[in-house]
Amino acid sequence: MSGNSGSVVIEFRDVGLYLGGKEITQNIEFNVRKGEFVCVIGASGCGKTTLLRLVSGLYQPTTGSVYVDGKKVEGPSRDVAIVFQDYSRALLPWRTAAGNVSLALEAIGVPRSERADRINALLGKVGLAQHAAKYPSQLSGGMQQRLQIARSLAQGASILLMDEPFGALDAMTRQSLQDEVLDLAADSGATVLFVTHDLEEALYLGDRVVALYSNPGRIARIVDIPLTRPRNQLSTREEPDFLHLRRELFGLMEEIHA
Amino acid sequence: MSGWRGGWRGLIVPAVLLLLGEAAFRVFGYVGDTLAPPSAIFRGFAEAIGDGTMVATTLQTFATVLGGTVLGAVFGVVVGCALGFWNLLYRFAYITIECLRPIPSVALLPLSLMIFGFGYKMEIAIVGFATAWPFLILTYSAISQVEPRLLEVAKVFGFGPFQTAWKLVLPAAAPRLMTALRLCIGIALVVAVTTEIVSNPQGLGHELMIAQETLRPHRMLAYLVLVGVIGWGLNNLLLALQSWMFRHRGEIDTEVAA
Repeated sequence: MSGNSGSVVIEFRDVGLYLGGKEITQNIEFNVRKGEFVCVIGASGCGKTTLLRLVSGLYQPTTGSVYVDGKKVEGPSRDVAIVFQDYSRALLPWRTAAGNVSLALEAIGVPRSERADRINALLGKVGLAQHAAKYPSQLSGGMQQRLQIARSLAQGASILLMDEPFGALDAMTRQSLQDEVLDLAADSGATVLFVTHDLEEALYLGDRVVALYSNPGRIARIVDIPLTRPRNQLSTREEPDFLHLRRELFGLMEEIHA
Repeated sequence: MSGWRGGWRGLIVPAVLLLLGEAAFRVFGYVGDTLAPPSAIFRGFAEAIGDGTMVATTLQTFATVLGGTVLGAVFGVVVGCALGFWNLLYRFAYITIECLRPIPSVALLPLSLMIFGFGYKMEIAIVGFATAWPFLILTYSAISQVEPRLLEVAKVFGFGPFQTAWKLVLPAAAPRLMTALRLCIGIALVVAVTTEIVSNPQGLGHELMIAQETLRPHRMLAYLVLVGVIGWGLNNLLLALQSWMFRHRGEIDTEVAA
């Protein structure tokens, strides 16, 4: 799982992006290996989200290229799924939980007769089996985000991009969702690129952490996280390595924000 | 329900006004060709229902309101969608639309009369013209105000333009389209009755004029009250339909008055 061994699946090669004449990112260069969980941290507006949009094909780089599975990214791909931070806007309010998951199955052309079983299985994975018939407005924030995660899993992608997915949730919900995402990633063997502004979240989840400078966004440091898995909300956060890395990166974050 | 938002208290003012009106007539003994006491207006209702004219003319006006609204909706929603989907088309069309839109629909009466003669067709054409523009403008704005995040979801799932429109844009715009329908039904009733008063010899407006010209103010006022009640009833019916259809969504704008 923590892989120095896996093959490279996401590759940033000297990526720069200008939007409306403004330089958003500069010289971004790093790789993500198969099955790796990589977290990107930085101040707001540092281009963290931009990196995900480049991988998902929603943006095209101005200079350099992004490669997924050795192929240059030129548009959205079935093999790359994304979970947005604003679950309430990303979900379809007129469809039930089951209907929202179904959207992804429709997208990849799963025949109607097979959808119901797969929807049940996916909702079961995120603990929403009892809520299949409910509409997003009837679900709590944490449940809505679980639903969006189920929908992105439905796509069957091997790469999962997560854009500050727990930023709007309360601390307890966030912790349980962190553990659920770690379990889901471990079970599916998916490669995860996870954006957050929360340093401890990045350390807790990641195999590696990529820290960005702002204006324009460029890589400040890439740090390996040698913490054992499976991780535990109490013991992992008390490990000397965790505390050491937290202290080290905290200083860097202050420098980034300065 | 919204029409009864104030509950039974909303009925106090009309009831008191009716009683005051009746009392004024009794005390001052007014007799004339323009006004009638509430009791006489009730008699006017009884007469007009009794001789069958009220039901017949109501159905005539209903038919043109529905026919004209359908005509306006088909034109306005189709063109509004096209303009919303292809912004280039909007740039070509907007000056033409802004020039045609302010023409008072009733000003087209002579033209419509020459083309269609008296009857349903000329009235439906005018109501269609009157409702087409609000349908067009409101549809266009509904389409262009669809949550951008949903369009990104469509892109990430690889939906083509047809699937994006069918699965995401139209359902997302549906509540606003229902609001457009509600506003347009109100406009249609005003325009239909006006057309009937000014020239077309059928429907509630014409019957209202006949009552006035034959010096039967109680009957004229009965029709006046009926037109008001129909407008109020249609609006409330559509409001109820709207809140039922979109009961699962968080935010909907059912508060716009017709």
